[in-house]
Amino acid sequence: MGKYIVKRIAMGILSVFIVATLTFFLMNLVPGGPFVAEKSISKAAQEALEAKFGLDKPLLQRYTTYMTDFLHGDMGFSLRQRGRTVSDIIFSKFPVSARLAGIAVVVALCVGIPLGCISAYNRGKLADNFIIVLGTCGIAIPSFISSVLLLYTFGSWLKILPTMGLNDAVSYIMPVTALAIYPTAYITRLMRSSLLDVMGQDYIRTAKAKGLSSFMILFKHALRNALLPVIAYVGPMLASLMTGSFVVEKIFTIPGLGREFVSSITNRDYTMIMGTTIILAALVIAANVIVDILYKIIDPRIKLK
Amino acid sequence: MSEKLLEIVDERLSFFTPAGEVKALNGVSFSMEEGEVLGIVGESGSGKSVTAYSIMGLTAYPGRLIGGTIRFNGHQVDQMSEKEFRKMRGNEVSIIFQDPMTSLNPVYTIGNQIEEVIRLHTDKSKTEARARAKELLELVGINEPEKRLRQYPHELSGGMRQRVMIAIALACEPKLLIADEPTTALDVTIQAQILELMQELRQKMGMSIIMITHDLGVVASMCERIAVMYAGHIVEYGTTDEIFYHPSHEYTKGLIGSIPKLTTEESERLVPIEGQPVDLLNPPAGCPFAPRCRSCMKICLKKMPPKTRLSDTHYSYCWLRQKEAAEGGHEA
Ligand SMILES: Nc1ncnc2c1ncn2[C@@H]1O[C@H](COP(=O)(O)OP(=O)(O)OP(=O)(O)O)[C@@H](O)[C@H]1O
Ligand code: SF4
Ligand SMILES: [Mg+2]
Repeated sequence: MGKYIVKRIAMGILSVFIVATLTFFLMNLVPGGPFVAEKSISKAAQEALEAKFGLDKPLLQRYTTYMTDFLHGDMGFSLRQRGRTVSDIIFSKFPVSARLAGIAVVVALCVGIPLGCISAYNRGKLADNFIIVLGTCGIAIPSFISSVLLLYTFGSWLKILPTMGLNDAVSYIMPVTALAIYPTAYITRLMRSSLLDVMGQDYIRTAKAKGLSSFMILFKHALRNALLPVIAYVGPMLASLMTGSFVVEKIFTIPGLGREFVSSITNRDYTMIMGTTIILAALVIAANVIVDILYKIIDPRIKLK
Repeated sequence: MSEKLLEIVDERLSFFTPAGEVKALNGVSFSMEEGEVLGIVGESGSGKSVTAYSIMGLTAYPGRLIGGTIRFNGHQVDQMSEKEFRKMRGNEVSIIFQDPMTSLNPVYTIGNQIEEVIRLHTDKSKTEARARAKELLELVGINEPEKRLRQYPHELSGGMRQRVMIAIALACEPKLLIADEPTTALDVTIQAQILELMQELRQKMGMSIIMITHDLGVVASMCERIAVMYAGHIVEYGTTDEIFYHPSHEYTKGLIGSIPKLTTEESERLVPIEGQPVDLLNPPAGCPFAPRCRSCMKICLKKMPPKTRLSDTHYSYCWLRQKEAAEGGHEA
């Protein structure tokens, strides 16, 4: 296990390095640059800016400079947010998105798993059909629509929830809901099909033949096996939510990483693009390692190699 | 005084599927004394498993008992609630399934899965249950029981897992052990070992056994009585000798005839019974075997043959026997 973790971390670092390299060259290959769009500044001023950030140097040299700095923990200054370093921006915005994502995923698990179980237990009955329809809506409705609907209903119309920021506990309700709808629906669906599959397994029949109650059969014998696909889904899902949802952050005016990510791309803020991409890649890889370890803990058949 | 351990009278059971009512059992009757070993044979889909599961209240979902009575060990099984079944299962009656590879939960240790049933039905403490589990593993011939208790199912071979299943089944010393094709999924050599083990355990513990199998060799060596099933009917019932040496139903004759004989030429070894199994959605009005029977008569197609008593222990349902009995002058 220890060896496995070390190996996975080494592989993870390599993957992050590859992602960083690809991103670096791809973003520079696209025509244009961070200062090109600004018509207010003169050609001379633009060149001066580019020289200041080293953008006048050959691409390969810029790459090695960036990577060397990065290894020393320096992700450089943002090209567009004057005077702020990339680490500064990321470390002030990331916790906001991460907290929101964490709460949303916990909500999704707490709602999705029981709903999936109820659905499976009432297979083909009214409750099951109702949950299936609800789940399909949750998966099909894009987050900007659900966000706007929430905002309109509870914010503008009923006026019972704050419409912007994350100043108190109540203000989390709407953005968390908006973020949690899709994963909740997805987990419900996964849980339902996985539980139905497990309930048809021979070892469940054995459990029943032993004289165990349905409660014990579900909680001891079925759930643990049925949770595996849910865990496999939640890990990467959490990672991607943690880097922020542009739509939700924009609609609820939340200072999170998602908005930074999108605006860094539209602004061609090279250093910010690199920073956020690396964070995202590292999170996804970490999530996968954690999922693997959880899998191993739950299912002893799995060999970590 | 001679209260039967198991007595099934005219059991009817159907699966209410979207395609219609699958009449899986159509009037099954038989009884068992304590300590008896009964073999149930018959081709796939004849209702062997369904009969056995219904004794434990394990009938799978669209299936429902629609008639008849089942008495087991003093219980009126056909009227029992789920709660009463739970007390009985794994305790008074246990079952071993066909596939040991999938019958144990992969995420719990062997010890956990044996102790679970002990603690459910007795008030043994954790340590007592563990000691009993170890004892059981020794009983079923598993070496290094201490180590095995801590292992997971995937670390054991198929034969060993079936031994574990037997240990689980016998943990509470049931009156009746149902073995649903316990060796079908195993290698031939392992099959023999498991059967040997079962016989040995039966002698030690004295429980009754229902042995469900396709393999006539297995019933010949293990069972005292044999019930031959066809399309949800027991078409013939008798002692092992009676079934093997005096088969009386045309289906049984075909079955016995299909046993490979070591003395005959390779080309003659298997005589499969021709024809399709019965469609249980629309079972025939008369003898269920009629469409495949070489001796089929007119009456066979119209009316279900009544029981013909051939001896105190032997009976079958075939019009030919009925005719012979009438001609022989003694009415059944
Ligand atoms: N869950 C179910 N749904 C619908 N029909 C079923 C179900 N289980 C069993 N049956 C029907 O009951 C009949 C008897 O099945 P059973 O499993 O008892 O056969 P079997 O004699 O044990 O055969 P095998 O040797 O293949 O195990 C089958 O023909 C099948 O059509
Ligand atoms: S009753 Fe008729 S059809 Fe059925 S087995 Fe006997 S002879 Fe054949
Ligand atoms: Mg069967």
